[in-house]
Amino acid sequence: MKADSFKWRMSLLALLMLCVRPGIALDESTAETAESQEVSEQQAETVLDPFADALARLISGSMKEREQASEQLSVTGHPEALPVLEALLDGRLYALRDKQTAVIATESGQGYRIAEASTGADLGLIERSDLSKVNITNSLRTKLRKKISLLQLQSDDASVRLSAVNAMVKTADAKTLELLKEYESTESDEDVLSSMRLIFALNDLQNNDKSVRLDAMDTLKEYNSLEAYNRLSVLVEKDSAGNFIEQDVEVRKKAQSALKKIEARLQFYNSVETMFFGLSLGAVLVLAAIGLAITFGVMGVINMAHGELMMLGAYTTYVMQQIMPNHIGLSVILAIPAAFMISALVGVAIERGIIRFLYGRPLETLLATFGISLFLQQTVRSIFSPLNRSVTTPEWMSGSWQINDFLSLTWNRFYIVLFCLLVFAALLQILKKTRLGLEVRAVAQNRNMAKAMGIPTARVDAMTFGLGSGIAGVAGVALSQITNVGPNLGQSYIVDSFMVVVFGGVGNLWGTLVAGFSLGIANKMLEPHAGAVLAKILVLVFIILFIQKRPRGLFPQKGRAAEA
Amino acid sequence: MKSLFLGSLFFSNDKTANVVLFSLIALIVLVPLCNAIFPSASALHFSAYTVSLLGKYLTFALLGLSLDLVWGYCGILALGHGAFFALGGYSMGMYLMRQIGERGVYGDPVLPDFMVFLDWKELPWYWYGFDQFWFALPMVFLAPGVLAFVFGWLAFRSRVTGVYLSIITQALTYALMLAFFRNEMGFGGNNGLTDFKDILGFNIQSEAVRVALFMISGLALIGAFLLSRWISCTKLGRVVTAVRDHEARVRFLGYRVEMFKLWIFVFAAMLAGLAGALYVPQVGIINPSEFSPLNSLEIVVWVAIGGRGTLYGAIIGAMLVNYGKTVLTGLLPEIWLFTLGATFVLVTVFMPNGLAGLLLKKREEMHT
Repeated sequence: MKADSFKWRMSLLALLMLCVRPGIALDESTAETAESQEVSEQQAETVLDPFADALARLISGSMKEREQASEQLSVTGHPEALPVLEALLDGRLYALRDKQTAVIATESGQGYRIAEASTGADLGLIERSDLSKVNITNSLRTKLRKKISLLQLQSDDASVRLSAVNAMVKTADAKTLELLKEYESTESDEDVLSSMRLIFALNDLQNNDKSVRLDAMDTLKEYNSLEAYNRLSVLVEKDSAGNFIEQDVEVRKKAQSALKKIEARLQFYNSVETMFFGLSLGAVLVLAAIGLAITFGVMGVINMAHGELMMLGAYTTYVMQQIMPNHIGLSVILAIPAAFMISALVGVAIERGIIRFLYGRPLETLLATFGISLFLQQTVRSIFSPLNRSVTTPEWMSGSWQINDFLSLTWNRFYIVLFCLLVFAALLQILKKTRLGLEVRAVAQNRNMAKAMGIPTARVDAMTFGLGSGIAGVAGVALSQITNVGPNLGQSYIVDSFMVVVFGGVGNLWGTLVAGFSLGIANKMLEPHAGAVLAKILVLVFIILFIQKRPRGLFPQKGRAAEA
Repeated sequence: MKSLFLGSLFFSNDKTANVVLFSLIALIVLVPLCNAIFPSASALHFSAYTVSLLGKYLTFALLGLSLDLVWGYCGILALGHGAFFALGGYSMGMYLMRQIGERGVYGDPVLPDFMVFLDWKELPWYWYGFDQFWFALPMVFLAPGVLAFVFGWLAFRSRVTGVYLSIITQALTYALMLAFFRNEMGFGGNNGLTDFKDILGFNIQSEAVRVALFMISGLALIGAFLLSRWISCTKLGRVVTAVRDHEARVRFLGYRVEMFKLWIFVFAAMLAGLAGALYVPQVGIINPSEFSPLNSLEIVVWVAIGGRGTLYGAIIGAMLVNYGKTVLTGLLPEIWLFTLGATFVLVTVFMPNGLAGLLLKKREEMHT
């Protein structure tokens, strides 16, 4: 994915370069990408000197020379100049031991994966000791940022231009403003233009002309920009003597109203974020509880080893990643069925080996399964050591979705909510549409009658328990992405998941879903006011009190099944 | 008549109960006697460590006994019984903490060290009075008792039973654990209360105090055992046992089931509190991990292994399991959880009545 966009950007840059260079007549609308690349390669050879020269000076020269070299690089117009400068800024630019070749290196598992800086060609894996980093000073870093933004402004990709403009919001000075004004006339993308106007308005705020300032505020109050908010707040602040820093009353009033408008939106986005956090926490709770809802709700078996079955799922993810360290994303996807199978098999073994002797004695089942949970914990501790194991998050799950300055949603939480809903839907379909589901429901409603109708209840019990356990394993895969994978992983969720099932009403999957999400949201809504721990305590106390009022949960089972 | 009553108090028809009772009496007589007679170098002289260890087992036995009252006699599987134990322990810990006085690291005459460390200026109101033993002692019973009363009042009145009750008791102790972990609560947060110096003016580290604490623990256990056995023979005990066997039927007979349950629950909570209060000076620390759901589950295991509904079974179970724990965690720490887990499974599947049940069966076979 990344390589693709990189190639795309490269060819675009090459195209751009060719267009501005006179003497090469190339109709850009008919130019095939491949063809243009070929041409650019030929071209690269003739203009190799300034680029190669700058690159060589960059890795071998003094700090001063490095500065000049980076300056030179930025004006070569070479397609690789931008990636090289970006790598330099991020500290990813290295020189090989021979001090001849500049490479861009990224850490990957055992060593560093390097690519030749001048061509972008992959050079394979290498030890850290064979590389020497190209260091930069802070002042150079600042300059680099500007140069990179300028290069990006020339990009044909609107999203690249947008991020370049956004990077300038905080630091724009008179020179950049001039430059931006220049680009504004040729800019066609609406988002980029809007960001540019934000920069202009921020600048106008410092204008001497009052009407310009007031106009600027009119513009600023529509933006979801932290910078705009901060600059406007300065206008209504008082100094230590209690006098307003801003002299003009009208400006102050206007700033106040603009701030109010932004604050209202800020609050809105904050509550959206809280809701989202709550939903993601709820999703985790639902995932943890839903397997329990099957075993506890449908079978009446209290499985204290449920948390450990989740832990097994999380460790499965870890093992999958150890098996294929180069395909992190794929390994997580494959871990889902693998974890399901492993946890389900363990679950069936538990049911066949122990629980079936204890039907009708729920309290004993609780104790026996607790014994199993200790056993599983110690097994894992003996095999994988008591330390936490780190599970890598795939690239497409890390990072966040920056909607605006006020709201960014992390992808892993987003995926967990999605995953939770998928698992729920799948489970519901299994119970509704499949033969197994029908039998499970029949046994849950009336065991003896089901038996009389020829349903092999013993087999159904094993399958139900396996299903619930398998779901726990799948939940473990999700948990491995957001929390530490260790032998105690399951224990920390067992109380919570029981709470969710009991709150929702035993034997009701929808109840579990509603309960999980509402508890998650309630928890996150309380958190800013009470703190994380107190919020949790309050939620627990609430559930304890709620059970007094409605001993059978939010959605109690009705009819004959309720009496069983 | 009176002697007959005393006789029936100490001797029961169950021989095992008698054996357990008289072994306990022998233990609390023998240990101080040995220590008085033999010099400290002798093999028959119990070291301070051993005495404290034995004392700890005795408090655990008392804790197990109190759970047996609720679970074995009333059928309430409380998974949060450790909370009452910890509350009693904290009450005692607060008294011991106030006794440190100026000898703390920061030398503050009133504030315990952790409060000085957190930069608190004043003693929180709920710490008032804990510098006096006469105040702390009733609190040992009141703190767990009141919690059990409120919780039980709510739960039993609304007829929360079976696994639901088990799960919310677990939630209760879990919530308390989280609460006590907070520094803002004023109970020492993560580290809990420790570094005790004196109890009633005596050095808590000295051997004499340790032996005394051991004896008190033993006497408390014996007292609680006799009292519980007496209760189980009274009308209250009979009704409670009936509630265990068929709650609805007892209710239909006109008994207020929730009141009987509440009574036994509060009484057991107080016994657990006493156990906690005796445990803390012998171990020298109380921290929030005592509230952890796992601890409460372990108590259930003791009772299950010993055999519930017999009282002496809980004592045997608590002693055996904890002895096993001490030995195994010392020798092979890895094996302990395996053993505990396996014991759980084996006991529930193969010995539903625990060791006591096994012994009873053996004896019946011998008779026939």
